Amino acid sequence: MQQLVSMRQVRKSFAGVPALRDASLEIVPGEVHALIGQNGAGKSTLIKCLTGVHRRDGGQVSLSGREFAADSPRDAQDSGIATIYQELNLVPLRSVTENIVMGAEPKNRLGLIDWPAAHRRAGEMLSRFGIDIDVRQRLGRYPAAIQQLVAIARAVSLDARLVIMDEPTSSLDDREIETLFSVVRNLRAEGISVLYVSHFLDELFQICDRVTVMRDGCTVAVREIARTDKLGLIADMLGRDRNEISASGMTALDGPRGEVGAEILSLGHVATGRSLRDASLTVRQGEIVGLGGLLGSGRTETARAIFGLDSLKHGEITLPGGGGAPRSPADAIAAGIGFVAEDRKAEGIVPDMSVRENLTLALLPRLRHAGGIDTRREREIVDHFIRALGIKLASADQPIRQLSGGNQQKVLLARWLATRPDLLILDEPTRGVDVGAKREIQAIIRDFVADGGAVLLISSEFEEIVEGADRVIVMQEGRSVSELPGEGLTESALIAAIAHVPDEVPA
Amino acid sequence: MSDEGMTVENRVRGKREPMAMISRHGGLAALAVLLIFNLLVTPNFLQAQTLAVNVSQVATIALVAVGMTLVIATGGIDLSVGAVMALSGAMAPIIFTSEFAQAYPVPGLAAAFLLPLVAAFCCGMFNGALVALLGVQPIIATLIFFISGRGVAQVLTNGNLQTFTNPSFSYIGTARLLGIPVQGWLVALIAAVIWYVIRYTASGRYLLAVGGNERAARMAGVPVTRVKIMAYATCSVLSGLSGLIVVAINSASDAARIGNLMELDAIAAAVVGGAVLSGGRAPIWGAILGAVVIQLVKYTLLANGVADEIALIAKAGIIVAAVYAQQMRKG
Repeated sequence: MQQLVSMRQVRKSFAGVPALRDASLEIVPGEVHALIGQNGAGKSTLIKCLTGVHRRDGGQVSLSGREFAADSPRDAQDSGIATIYQELNLVPLRSVTENIVMGAEPKNRLGLIDWPAAHRRAGEMLSRFGIDIDVRQRLGRYPAAIQQLVAIARAVSLDARLVIMDEPTSSLDDREIETLFSVVRNLRAEGISVLYVSHFLDELFQICDRVTVMRDGCTVAVREIARTDKLGLIADMLGRDRNEISASGMTALDGPRGEVGAEILSLGHVATGRSLRDASLTVRQGEIVGLGGLLGSGRTETARAIFGLDSLKHGEITLPGGGGAPRSPADAIAAGIGFVAEDRKAEGIVPDMSVRENLTLALLPRLRHAGGIDTRREREIVDHFIRALGIKLASADQPIRQLSGGNQQKVLLARWLATRPDLLILDEPTRGVDVGAKREIQAIIRDFVADGGAVLLISSEFEEIVEGADRVIVMQEGRSVSELPGEGLTESALIAAIAHVPDEVPA
Repeated sequence: MSDEGMTVENRVRGKREPMAMISRHGGLAALAVLLIFNLLVTPNFLQAQTLAVNVSQVATIALVAVGMTLVIATGGIDLSVGAVMALSGAMAPIIFTSEFAQAYPVPGLAAAFLLPLVAAFCCGMFNGALVALLGVQPIIATLIFFISGRGVAQVLTNGNLQTFTNPSFSYIGTARLLGIPVQGWLVALIAAVIWYVIRYTASGRYLLAVGGNERAARMAGVPVTRVKIMAYATCSVLSGLSGLIVVAINSASDAARIGNLMELDAIAAAVVGGAVLSGGRAPIWGAILGAVVIQLVKYTLLANGVADEIALIAKAGIIVAAVYAQQMRKG
């Protein structure tokens, strides 16, 4: 069968850092094709190279057998590639009809919009998907799932041959997901291809035909969904041998655990929403507790709950010092917690402020002196951390945005170390930093723990967790499901625990 | 005053924000052009009286521009400044002409200064609460007082022009110290204090952090809500003070006219001074420079017999030039 989309050996770098090295993707007409991979594997970059958001550096892309290079998302849309983003690009304040026919409104003889025809067309469009709603109502009145379906209906009305869905189910409930799936099956029946990006592997087995797996900017596997299983996909995503994963099993689960210090943090059945349903764990002084799990398993949400960023729906948290769940980051910081967030740019640095100001931002309440800031002590502290952490910079007064990723990360670590916290939460502390800086950052973390600090470590790099953590809490789909001792823990044992499905014991 | 202000500005910003050079030079260049033009063209420009008149006028713009700079530094905007000026300007004469103030002149005078400022402070708290607690967009939140503030002021005065003779109150609008109007010194003092707070205190750091990256600031324990509310409250109090000065200068209070279109002058002055609407920078002396430029444009056109309407167009031209300089800086 003729390929609808064929991308081969696609390469793309950003500022010299390769995001795609050898990526390929082939989609045949009328198939539902999944694209999976860990964070940073290159999924979204690959999609953006197809939809004209990015221009590829190299490789071949063809659409229906013809060479294809979209200059803009609009261009891709005109060629029949529609993208349904996580944040829908619809107009919630306008009617469903307007959202569907926007840009292609039926006109009457006077050149005005023929509303009866427009409503009829919108209604027909939706009823093809088995949806019967009042198309005259504002789109914003309908739940997220309906809005998503309207976006799909709009895409189809523009004669899309390929509909790209990026995490379409992340904001839907179980019933809405079923509706979405039936629409996807309808699309397939009409010969329209769907590229389906999701972190929820179970979904793929329900609706996908084939799956392309990416890792580190390369396409590493293309599988028929019927001929693989969850364990196989995880093995592909992580680059491990499936036999190794299943053979090592869960035998280490009940191993001994060394007593460290006093317990300083405990979570009991904490839930904050759909992404964090039931997390329980404890952290004690002088230990690194790893949070293991796939993307979307609730690791970051656990950290956010502890730091007072998301309010609890259920469960309880006991902080260092004995306090209950914090209501704000300021509460959490006062209780002795620091949090190096995953997204350094969005939640870490204040780009235009100096390194010095960034480093002491969390410390300011303790630097107050006679109505101002004790600048002498501030400089001492900043100089100390620049030396101790080996931060490379021209001057402590230069804007932090001018530093490399690794050095920015060290400044953020220093921000929290300077507050002398009892507990540091580190979410992907070494992501996007070079190997040298990574080793240094890991050494800094070790030193902090050796001095009696406690660390809750989130990392998608199993090596980092296995080497670093004294214990690992394994999370799946918003729940903490098991605990592994760090001693003697191997990467494959960790992966097996993460991939372990209670009701589907791997062969 | 402006010379001294700029020297400080120069030193501080030059060290802290080398990238701001161009936009700062934009403001300075505009000032230089205006001064040279006036020296050549405007009769009697180099007179003490001219300086006094301009300082007297610029003080009211500068106060509001400084407040506006604080709000803009958080990434917000305050449209209500002119209306708040009208409100406080309408309240003061009512208070010091009241029977209470006639009977007890000293507490009466104190109340005439304090109560309008308290009222202004409350307006600012309201603006800030809407923005910071309820997440209302600043332009909408401050539109409420933009519309209603002047209305309240007119209701208070029954829409009448209030004229009065009260030398003690008029002091802040008409007295001179070393040949300079007293409100000029007041502005310099207030700007210096606020500049110090921005530069050397935790609150100032917090303000810039909130504007620079609100999420990161929150994650670092910065009291984002409080910082934003205080920025709006400070801006309103400064606007209220400016309203009092306008009334004192004129020995008359017309609620319909005090601070009319001041929000635009203040935003223009802040932008000419180097404020960035996305937040994260608070060039206080820049705001003063911007206010001086705006005032000089007004004065230049007025002194040379150009109509007020043309002055509006000239002001727009300055804003365009300032924004252009900012864009160049980004690129």
